[in-house]
Amino acid sequence: MSLGLVIVQTLNGLQLGILLFLIAAGLTLTFGVMNFVNLAHGVQYMVGAYLAAMFASLTGGFWGALALTLPAALAFGLALEILIFRWLYDRDHLSQILATFGVILFLNQAVKTIWGAAPLSVPTPTALSGSIVLMPGLLFPVYRLALIGAGLATAFALYLFINHTRVGMLVRAGSTNAPMVSALGVNIRRLFMLVFGFGAMLAGFAGALVAPILSVEPGMGDNLLILAFVVIVIGGIGSIRGAFIAALMVGLIDTLGRAFGPQMLRLALSPSAASQTGRALAPMLIYILMAAVLFERPSGLFPVKR
Amino acid sequence: MTMRGQAPAILLFAGLVLFPFAARFGADAYLIALGARMLILALAALSLDFLVGQGALISFGHAAYLGIGAYSVVLASLVGIDDFLLQALIAIAAAAVFAALTGYVSLRASGVYYIMSTLAFGQMLYFLFVSLSVLGGDDGYTLSSRSRVFGRPLIASDFAFYFLCLAVLACAYLLLARITQSRFGRVLNAIRQNPMRARAVGFRPFPFQLAACVIAGAIAAVAGTLIANQSEFVAPAFMSWQRSGELLVMTILGGVGSLWGAILGALAYLTLEETLSLITDQTHLIIGPLLIIVALFGRRGLAGALTPRLSGAAA
Amino acid sequence: MKAPLLRVEGLTKRFGALVVTDDVSFTLDGGRLVALIGPNGAGKTTLIDQLSGAARPDAGHIVFDGADISRRDMPARAALGLVRSFQIAAVLHEFSVLDNVALAVQARSGSSFRFCGRASREDGLNTPALAALDRVGLLARAGDLARELSHGEKRLLEIAIALALKPRLMLLDEPFAGLGAEETRAGVRLIGGLKSEVAMLLVEHDLDAVFALADEIAVLVDGRLIAWGTPDAIRADKGVRAAYLGEEAFA
Repeated sequence: MSLGLVIVQTLNGLQLGILLFLIAAGLTLTFGVMNFVNLAHGVQYMVGAYLAAMFASLTGGFWGALALTLPAALAFGLALEILIFRWLYDRDHLSQILATFGVILFLNQAVKTIWGAAPLSVPTPTALSGSIVLMPGLLFPVYRLALIGAGLATAFALYLFINHTRVGMLVRAGSTNAPMVSALGVNIRRLFMLVFGFGAMLAGFAGALVAPILSVEPGMGDNLLILAFVVIVIGGIGSIRGAFIAALMVGLIDTLGRAFGPQMLRLALSPSAASQTGRALAPMLIYILMAAVLFERPSGLFPVKR
Repeated sequence: MTMRGQAPAILLFAGLVLFPFAARFGADAYLIALGARMLILALAALSLDFLVGQGALISFGHAAYLGIGAYSVVLASLVGIDDFLLQALIAIAAAAVFAALTGYVSLRASGVYYIMSTLAFGQMLYFLFVSLSVLGGDDGYTLSSRSRVFGRPLIASDFAFYFLCLAVLACAYLLLARITQSRFGRVLNAIRQNPMRARAVGFRPFPFQLAACVIAGAIAAVAGTLIANQSEFVAPAFMSWQRSGELLVMTILGGVGSLWGAILGALAYLTLEETLSLITDQTHLIIGPLLIIVALFGRRGLAGALTPRLSGAAA
Repeated sequence: MKAPLLRVEGLTKRFGALVVTDDVSFTLDGGRLVALIGPNGAGKTTLIDQLSGAARPDAGHIVFDGADISRRDMPARAALGLVRSFQIAAVLHEFSVLDNVALAVQARSGSSFRFCGRASREDGLNTPALAALDRVGLLARAGDLARELSHGEKRLLEIAIALALKPRLMLLDEPFAGLGAEETRAGVRLIGGLKSEVAMLLVEHDLDAVFALADEIAVLVDGRLIAWGTPDAIRADKGVRAAYLGEEAFA
């Protein structure tokens, strides 16, 4: 367990965390403002990745793809909202689960039908290709650093937007008391559309960002969706700040746990027992964390007071 | 629960009894095996409907109990216990412990937090079994044969196995229908409708909700023992969150709260899947939008659509 | 002198910087009806919430029949006979009227962890339930679903449920709210008829009802009890009149 390895895995953990934040941000707002269980948020991320792959092959490059993916992901999200989701805001969670599950099934199959089951690839932009030297003998891909940077910048921009603009204030208000906001004369339909569309765009953005480094394939959003849910539950539903902190926690704990868990257990157990237990425990760590948080704080770490 | 109120359930079970005879005279004995699998999932959906419909406890980790039941069969056979009834008892005990422990944590949360908590525990169990290479890990474990009943290979034939599944399903239905009408069921229902009112009258929700989790989990674990026998193969995929989601979908499709609706919902969903797979291997392109349409327009599920005049849960 | 049924000492509750219950202390004797009045926002429902166990005070004690119940939850208090009705009717809409009351009887009739038998057919539960419904005048509606009741009938059902719990003290949170004149008169007769059997703390805005029923009146303003006395004394109290600022009933 060298320092170099720790640094690399920490950066990987940060990358996962940032990714999770981009996905969880939209999810937590949708939950918080509209009280809408959106299982289809993971496919939103997948659609972003596929759009990026498609635009990349059309325009021949990453930057063009990114520029086109953002509005396309936004449009796609809004289409889903207008056609299906807005009719479910008043309904109970069960109907929402049913509908969004249907969306997952449909879209996972649809991308397979259109693009086939084999993973697509998106070229890394040349400006960000290659690796930089962090330490003697330690290389880290530039692109991944850029991804972390982009994510942090987005998080900061989101923070400014939520806390320092009028619309952001409405979003925060809607998160605490949507009927009240409506009663105050704000067009709640438009607010919901804004929240949903923006969240969808963020998820699509995340998908486009990872397209060069992860395989773009059907179902790629499913497991991240579960992680995103864990993030927003730990962070507290409706809270962007909670989502950010929880996302980084989850990203780091999951990555570092898998990388170093078995090794750390060797301090207490025999090598084979440590390996077995480590491999069993590592993927469970974040769920254990979530259960522990829920036990102490049933509304998450930074609950939005209703 | 009047006789008229029971009519749909009676019709349903009558149809299920007749089905294998029809299948035998028809083309495919494979249909009987398929039918058994549907009955098993219907059993799991039934138990989930009790949890959701009577207790308002939306569990996104119910497939974990299928896994507990299935792996109970595996573990029992590894130590030489191949009697089905004993395996079922082991499964029920394991499920009760799991339900009690996880319920203790999950029930502290409410609403979406509760749903996510159940999901987390389901995932934990999933990853646990993935990591257990001695049980096959991700690839699963193949059983050498079906379990024995009273020392004899009575359920080795698909025909007999189907009727075992049907018998278990019928028993579970009767059991849950009785519990729903009992004192316990009434309190559980009251807690679902208005927890504050239940507390004001003197009932603490937690013990009742925990008991409901144990009951539902135990029944789903029995379904798990059956599913292990049906395919003679067990894998962690049995308890993935996608399976939990499917169980919820079947329950909601059938119409939450009517118990027999969940059975119908499961049968309808699985039949649809099977039928569509004969035409295309892109079944989800059709099933997905169908679920969306049912969610948007079918407020009370199949049970509600078929019996428009019946309403309410208590007698 | 007999010990009071309810003794409240120094009850205080804050929501952030706002003090909603400000060092409230009082006693209530068995068999008495005390009316709690005050302007909107005075904190009357919050006080009822703390007495019934729906909310936890930041400071203070509640002693019921000699036992300190400050830490006990709502179900425990109901079991002791401290029962409340809700301002917004909290009846079980999917149950019949009878089942709503029978459930309350069930709470006081042994274990509810029985998984066999039909609860709705238990005579031991239905008979007392029907009696309670008869008391409030809802016997004819026993078989109907609770959601079919009118607003006034739901308030009556709330009282029947409370009665079925064999209460020692009933906390009634605006039982006449939203009722017409005739229904209110009937309600006043009903409550008046109960006075000898069960102590009551009645929160009400309808001052005619208050003066007709109350043995004592307590006045809550901004979370503080500013007056407590007989109806006549309260009517004459200058501080109360000032607090109500020209309320017609005091003119």
